[in-house]
Amino acid sequence: MSEMPNRKPETGAFFPRDRNWHPPAFAPGYKTSVLRSPQRALLSLDGTISEITGPIFGHSVLGELDNDLIHNFAKPGESAIGERIIVHGRVLDERGRPVSGALLEFWQANAGGRYRHKKESYLAPLDPNFGGCGRTITDENGYYAFRTIKPGPYPWPNGVNDWRPAHIHFSVFGHGFAQRLITQMYFEGDPMIWKCPIVNTIPDRQAIEQLVAPLDWANTIPMDARAYRFDIVLRGRRSTLFENRLEGN
Amino acid sequence: MAQELGYLKETPSQTAGPYVHIGLTPNFCGIAGVYDADLGSSMVNDRTLGERITIKGRVFDGAGAPLKDALVEIWQADAAGFYNSPSEIRGAADPSFTGWGRCPTSAEDGVFAFETVKPGRVPFKDGRLMAPHITFWIVARGINIGLHTRMYFPDEGAANDEDPLLARIEHRERVATLIAAREGSTYLFDIHLQGPEETVFLDI
Ligand SMILES: [Fe+2]
Repeated sequence: MSEMPNRKPETGAFFPRDRNWHPPAFAPGYKTSVLRSPQRALLSLDGTISEITGPIFGHSVLGELDNDLIHNFAKPGESAIGERIIVHGRVLDERGRPVSGALLEFWQANAGGRYRHKKESYLAPLDPNFGGCGRTITDENGYYAFRTIKPGPYPWPNGVNDWRPAHIHFSVFGHGFAQRLITQMYFEGDPMIWKCPIVNTIPDRQAIEQLVAPLDWANTIPMDARAYRFDIVLRGRRSTLFENRLEGN
Repeated sequence: MAQELGYLKETPSQTAGPYVHIGLTPNFCGIAGVYDADLGSSMVNDRTLGERITIKGRVFDGAGAPLKDALVEIWQADAAGFYNSPSEIRGAADPSFTGWGRCPTSAEDGVFAFETVKPGRVPFKDGRLMAPHITFWIVARGINIGLHTRMYFPDEGAANDEDPLLARIEHRERVATLIAAREGSTYLFDIHLQGPEETVFLDI
């Protein structure tokens, strides 16, 4: 199952989460959170072996087109409609170390802002060549890349006239289950980011900006696809120099 | 001025939204042909060691309605108490057991289910054994940051009584929110996001 570089496995507990940097569970501007947010305090505890460990996914789980949303649902010889883009970046931890072997899964609406889902009711049409999901695994430097089309913005029932800015959903596994993270990537320069009640569940503007991918002109492929750069930071972990009890000492 | 520590900030969480099943269980929601199978849909095979169990439950909102658009992941030790993870350095886990499962809650009744094995005990940081438990992680529309909790076993009374995590729960009547109910080889574990039965969630 594992394909790890030749490095001693790390067994330290993860840095505590900065809960003021993340959105709070209860954020009434995002109405669905009202009944889905725990109201009691979380039980805070230093990580145990149950959270320090986590599943690792080998490259064998990946299919050839998993990181190409333009083609992974398209009929042979056809491709998804929309602005062709490459999304790439690194997965690091809070210490700035690359996280290798991290499974990234992503999903998104099509170029018109429509999801391929039976509960989706937006009048924008489906693209017969676009499924909307993909995945990849970071290399030894924590680097990843995938190809897709830029998703469209879409309206959603919350306020009378709420729209989601263009975004890509990301799910990330690091090396420990405590690092498990789901987030969304936005696109530089989109004025709708700042109007969105889901974006605005995050209290700190700098934290929001951490989710905004800049246009990466240097990596744009001429006559093909523009690049956006999106780095992801997972929880760091303590060195175990002075706490090696798990090793049985 | 002191030196800079230079730590980065963790990427902030955002809700998984209403279509998390498209991304994480596409076959389940009718997007066929992209992946052979949905990841995490099978945890065991014919050679997996240990007592086979089924875990079933629902995730309820504050109005008592089950979530039909949620996604539940579990992570657990094998029957002998080893995790299938590079950070497990106490010994080798059963290679026929992944330890990780993922299940969408159903669009009809909101039920999730896992076929797995009962985990062995693993040590707390000070070497004491924790009671057998399974880590749960829940995401959905309206959940802004994934919720961690644990399921413990009702037939492990003595181990539960000495479990260091359960011991940390101040309001003792809430311990019951982490203990499944047993029906044969099935353990029923409902999760309540809010209300009088609110599950104990962990910041861990
Ligand atoms: Fe979305």
